[in-house]
Amino acid sequence: MVMMMLKGNEATAYAAKVAKVQVIPAYPITPSTLFPEKVSELISNGEMKAEFIPVESEHSALSAAIGAAATGARTMTATASQGLALMHEVLFIASGMRLPIVMAIGNRALSAPVNIWAEQQDTIAQRDSGWLQFYAENNQEALDLSLIAFRVAEDKRVLLPAMMGMDAFVLTHTMEPVDVPDESLVEKYLGPPEQKYPTLNPSQPSTFGAFVFPEHYMEFRYSQFVAMEHSKKVIDEAFEEFKNIFGREYRKVSGFMNEDADILLISMGSMTGTAREAIRKLREKGEKVGLIKLSVFRPFPKEELVEITKNARIVAVVDRNISIGFAGAIFTELVASYNNIEKKPKILNFILGLGGRDIRVEDYIEIYNRAKEAENRGVKEIQWINVDEDAVYEVEGPL
Amino acid sequence: MKITRGVVITEPGSTALEETGSWRTFKPVIKYEKCIRCMICWNYCPEPAIEKQPGENYPVANPKLVKMEIPVINYRYCKGCGICVNECPTKAIDFVREEK
Repeated sequence: MVMMMLKGNEATAYAAKVAKVQVIPAYPITPSTLFPEKVSELISNGEMKAEFIPVESEHSALSAAIGAAATGARTMTATASQGLALMHEVLFIASGMRLPIVMAIGNRALSAPVNIWAEQQDTIAQRDSGWLQFYAENNQEALDLSLIAFRVAEDKRVLLPAMMGMDAFVLTHTMEPVDVPDESLVEKYLGPPEQKYPTLNPSQPSTFGAFVFPEHYMEFRYSQFVAMEHSKKVIDEAFEEFKNIFGREYRKVSGFMNEDADILLISMGSMTGTAREAIRKLREKGEKVGLIKLSVFRPFPKEELVEITKNARIVAVVDRNISIGFAGAIFTELVASYNNIEKKPKILNFILGLGGRDIRVEDYIEIYNRAKEAENRGVKEIQWINVDEDAVYEVEGPL
Repeated sequence: MKITRGVVITEPGSTALEETGSWRTFKPVIKYEKCIRCMICWNYCPEPAIEKQPGENYPVANPKLVKMEIPVINYRYCKGCGICVNECPTKAIDFVREEK
């Protein structure tokens, strides 16, 4: 164990080092550029033994990662925003081919307008791609969840690729003390990089990514669906084993001051720390409010979320993403999770922090106050926080 | 049905398992009494679903041809594209609506 001062991108680069990742194809993009920079530095210093492949685009980066993973090599890459969007079609190929690639994402807004700051829209837009999705609250989590992502992705019951999201700049470029675990412990946790699935091998030629007719295609998709369902149990096991070896505890869904809370806030990613501070302040005033943090978005932990929120009166879901035409993603999926359940809390959606707009303690207190209003009267189901509605009124007219 | 994870195929020849004959709307039928055994249809068939077979026991357009091989359509794979019908120099192939 070594304590180091690391930016989020560097923490994931060190995750690649201690996990003994063998191949890293990467193309730089803000705010993930520090990942390929740090990895190539570690390789050129002789601190890390891996093949670094500089490519000409993100599409090629993930394509090269597929080739590498198909040989059985432990493979990692990183990207963000437009880069992830450019990978879109290749994401489905990686998951369809069942290759356990791990990708660190610096969660960033999508153009237009051009914006390089924090927002979770990029990964949320890829939620249907068959990848597991983890979200980090801080740089320690960024490193730990990258290791956990490898463990789950490579499990024989799963064999699906995984993304690990961390908010742009708030984590990717901010230094924090990070415990970098010993390679020997990580090897104990992950096992050596070995071939756990059929691989490209000259002595046993195989066809990869074959053409499939309607007679067979659905079975392959159902196969992915089943594997993703299996991953729920595998993730819990991976969290448990992680705690046993490294002493840090993770859950798909974790509560803070939530036991007796009437109103619960749900948060994912770096803004959870700010939310916790707001909850403390409100508790000091005697408000019965609690916080639920989401660390895994795919598979969506619906059983755990329903269990932990079912006794609250109001659940305020905070989304740093928006599906234009409906609502935020966590809200949508939480509401769907309550389908066919008789007793349910009132569920509200609050959109905030898009394009890197600051998320402050006051914003969470505002969310709490608006949620509390809903106890006595009807309120808008989807509300935007800290947005200049008058400016929009001028160009779009009234909503 | 047997599938593998990630569509990995470890044995060669799996395409032959996909019987494309089910795609047919029209079906080519060779009239051997007009067939001069030139094998142009065999050459053009893109599948290939036309096979060469010994021709002694088939009707023949000219007795001199009896020792030559004849084309036989394998309906398990013939998609009914009609190229053979179009290319046959003696119009010896009928194209009839598939009845299933």
